[in-house]
Amino acid sequence: MNSMNAKGRPTGTGAETGFTPHETFTGNRGLVQEEPLIFELDSPGASGVDLDEPEEFAPRLGAAARQGRIGLPGLSEPEVMRHYVRLSQKNYAIDSGLYPLGSCTMKHNPRLNEKMARLPGFGDVHPLQPQQTVQGALELIDTLAHWLKELTGMPAVAMSPKAGAHGELCGMMAIDAALRARGEEGTRKRVLVPESAHGTNPATAAQIGFTVDSIPATDDGHVDVAAFKAKLGPDVAAIMLTNPNTCGLFERDIIEIADAVHEAGGYFYCDGANFNAIAGRVRPGDLGVDAMHINLHKTFSTPHGGGGPGAGPVVLSEALAPFAPLPWIVHDKGAYRAIEHESEGTGQPFGRMTAFHGQMGMFVRALSYMLSHGADGIRQASEDAVLSANYILASLKDVMSAPYEGPCMHEALFDDSFLKGTGVETLDFAKAMIDEGYHPMTMYFPLVVHGAMLIEPTESESKDSLDLFIATLRDLAESAKRGETERFSGAPYLAPRRRLDETQAARKPILRWQHGRNEPASKAAE
Amino acid sequence: MRYLPLTKDDRAQMLAAIGAKSVDELFKDVPEAARLGGLIDLPRRQGEMEVERQLAAMAGKNIAASQVPFFVGAGAYKHHIPATVDHLIQRSEFLTSYTPYQPEITQGTLQYLFEFQTQVALLTGMEVANASMYDGSTACGEAVLMAHRVTKRKKAVLSGNLHPHYQDVVANLSDFGSYKLVTEPPCPKGTEGLAGEIDEETSCVVVQNPDVFGHVRDLSALAEAAHAKGALMIVVVPEIVSLGLITPPGEMGADIVVGEGQSLGNGLNFGGPYVGLFAAKQKFVRQMPGRLCGETVDAEGKRGFVLTLSTREQHIRREKATSNICTNSGLCCLAFTIHLSLLGEEGYTRLARINHANAVKLADALGAVPGVKVMNETFFNEFTIETPKPGAEVIDALVEKGVLGGVPLSRLMPGNDAMKNLIAVASTEVNSDQDRAAYARALKEVLA
Ligand SMILES: Cc1ncc(COP(=O)(O)O)c(C=O)c1O
Repeated sequence: MNSMNAKGRPTGTGAETGFTPHETFTGNRGLVQEEPLIFELDSPGASGVDLDEPEEFAPRLGAAARQGRIGLPGLSEPEVMRHYVRLSQKNYAIDSGLYPLGSCTMKHNPRLNEKMARLPGFGDVHPLQPQQTVQGALELIDTLAHWLKELTGMPAVAMSPKAGAHGELCGMMAIDAALRARGEEGTRKRVLVPESAHGTNPATAAQIGFTVDSIPATDDGHVDVAAFKAKLGPDVAAIMLTNPNTCGLFERDIIEIADAVHEAGGYFYCDGANFNAIAGRVRPGDLGVDAMHINLHKTFSTPHGGGGPGAGPVVLSEALAPFAPLPWIVHDKGAYRAIEHESEGTGQPFGRMTAFHGQMGMFVRALSYMLSHGADGIRQASEDAVLSANYILASLKDVMSAPYEGPCMHEALFDDSFLKGTGVETLDFAKAMIDEGYHPMTMYFPLVVHGAMLIEPTESESKDSLDLFIATLRDLAESAKRGETERFSGAPYLAPRRRLDETQAARKPILRWQHGRNEPASKAAE
Repeated sequence: MRYLPLTKDDRAQMLAAIGAKSVDELFKDVPEAARLGGLIDLPRRQGEMEVERQLAAMAGKNIAASQVPFFVGAGAYKHHIPATVDHLIQRSEFLTSYTPYQPEITQGTLQYLFEFQTQVALLTGMEVANASMYDGSTACGEAVLMAHRVTKRKKAVLSGNLHPHYQDVVANLSDFGSYKLVTEPPCPKGTEGLAGEIDEETSCVVVQNPDVFGHVRDLSALAEAAHAKGALMIVVVPEIVSLGLITPPGEMGADIVVGEGQSLGNGLNFGGPYVGLFAAKQKFVRQMPGRLCGETVDAEGKRGFVLTLSTREQHIRREKATSNICTNSGLCCLAFTIHLSLLGEEGYTRLARINHANAVKLADALGAVPGVKVMNETFFNEFTIETPKPGAEVIDALVEKGVLGGVPLSRLMPGNDAMKNLIAVASTEVNSDQDRAAYARALKEVLA
């Protein structure tokens, strides 16, 4: 019998029943709500936007006027709000916890940057407004370009690429254009790419007709310089090298590599995805780089937004600068001017990467980040990122297995040899982290390490947060070694969903909702 | 520094745990010659207030679309975005999440992508759509590469009325990929006949609807002509609101449809980030670029969503991938899909009718200005006018009168004399009768 308080409300906790429900009527689990597809919430005729029907008029659509319905569901505003809020509650995010995805730089996203991007003078200006009405927008792009050139020690930057991979494409096109200008486009078709490279590197090179030749890594995780030099020749267009590399190491022979590729008549494309380790401490221009993209959505904290948008400006050396794509900005006669056509400026632009001027919304956020940090804060951020990764590496080396001796840069790489004989694989280990409230690290990348686990804490974690993370991974590693395989093999147990059947998804792809085809999940809806 | 949680003490303790004397030791692999001793010559850290002041000063130098009667389009359109959209996309769980590589804890992102794909397929009248490209122009470039893969041919035929920036993006990819390209001259009257250019070598014909001059066309005959030669028809939709009133490209026989989704949920942002839409026939799905989200079940049999068919993509296929794209336009898809969910069938089609009605009224008002000729018989929310003076001068003079009157086509196609006196003018739901009257009055004064 529960004790009663003055108002008659039972105060007992119910713990004595010993009952924990596994199935609920609704399928919901407290705060985690099952949510149907928006199409299953249709109230025909409803709308969350009040618009007045226009007065009668004679349409001018000719023979192309639409007949028939589209099939969009109707919902009121509160229903739409609830749908997306419930969906959001099924997502992990940096704002809710450490997000150690190696190579992705999941750092804090300051909200000041969001506020700045929404100033009407930035968010509500059209890319084709007369240029005298957007002088501040052009100034912003020019200012960001200045910061990027100073931080990288490079003389030029192409601002328009839309993300890292698009920046790679831009850089490789500039290289191809430079080769053409030398009359060597037909002869230099081979691009050297380390085995450890991100998939976008070989994909980019192949997309514009280069052949990809892979360079092996040494046992200590660096480019095998001897093997690389042996591959150089008159048919080599470029090397595409990530630095710091995808094993989390600084390529210590990088200047020798740059010199060798230049001597052989090729160019050095650097994948700058890992710039967050060195910004403010090392300038790629001092390493002999000819082109490097910078993922503003990594190093300069523009939010990843569930997969984008990003921005991938590319800094260029003197040799490649003349070939930079349209558009670019010049400052003369006291005004800014966007050069949108070859005839308007000097240079031999290779073409255009995208409509308009690039990812302005990301530029504002990145500049806001830079102005906030300053030269001193950017350097400190890189140091903290590297320090945190090394702290993780040093603290877990004894229970997990690190294929390479430290120090590392801003990410700590482990392999799966510590799991040998436990029956637990990298994937299981990662999924068990979910039950502990963590997003897993990057898994199975880079490909040069067996069962790779690449941990990038970034500079945004406090020491307490790092310590709890380390303690959690220690506990998991020890648990795996003790043979507690159930903790791993079925994990996650506590997430909004258990493991999903990816084989089924690929074998019979269902890529859209179709009336009557996709069954709702919860019991109540059955 | 307000964003950095580690204290001096923390750093010292961590270095001790690592066994390093200073942080410099951690950078020992950096060649001596490349180690920066001091700070880079850039300003030092600043507080929120100072940063805000500096950026607001820059923003203040621009004229925002909402400040004036605004009629600029040509591939980006000013629409009213419901407050709910911007609130929801700023939720931490959406804004600060990565690509949903761990589906168990990113069902939120995956489900909205699945819904987005469905919406794009419905609007375009296609069977499948992907989880977005960077923007309309790069989607267009990728569509041409996909058509080459599907048909195993190497020549594309481009309409001269395709947005010139889109033409440039396609030309750039063709150039470096060693593909052939035939581009028709622009046709301001909208009577271009493309069918004659399609031959047995042609992989695709690329046509924009409404085109850069605003003309709206039924493309069914062009699709038949393309298919008769074994080529694909790619339709580019620069203004996604138009599909509330125009026959979907899928019904006209399109094989691939790409579009710019900015108009739904996404602000003008001076050109980006936007959201590239990409839809196709089901039979081509394995040649599509970009991410695809698919339905499946979890270990308990519950419905869930995952990224799928990734054997097309760079992280699995590397140099054999269908595209190099990785990061796409995730959050812009979310803005798009929320705005469209709010509108629903009724709201979306009514929004399209309002846009069209406003453009019709504006065309009539501007057409009545002495010396001004409206070039279009058909259009949606944008049309082209011919003025007795050069379009660029007219637009500049209109700025002086406080009206942003459109895009002089000479800006997009400089050096082409036929464009000199043409202006593309857009009118959406944001324009009032007063805005239109102000435009007509100002234009009359400018041309007087
Ligand atoms: C090493 C590396 N290179 C390139 C990329 C591609 O960048 P994005 O996703 O911005 O296109 C990534 C990110 O995913 C990366 O980690």
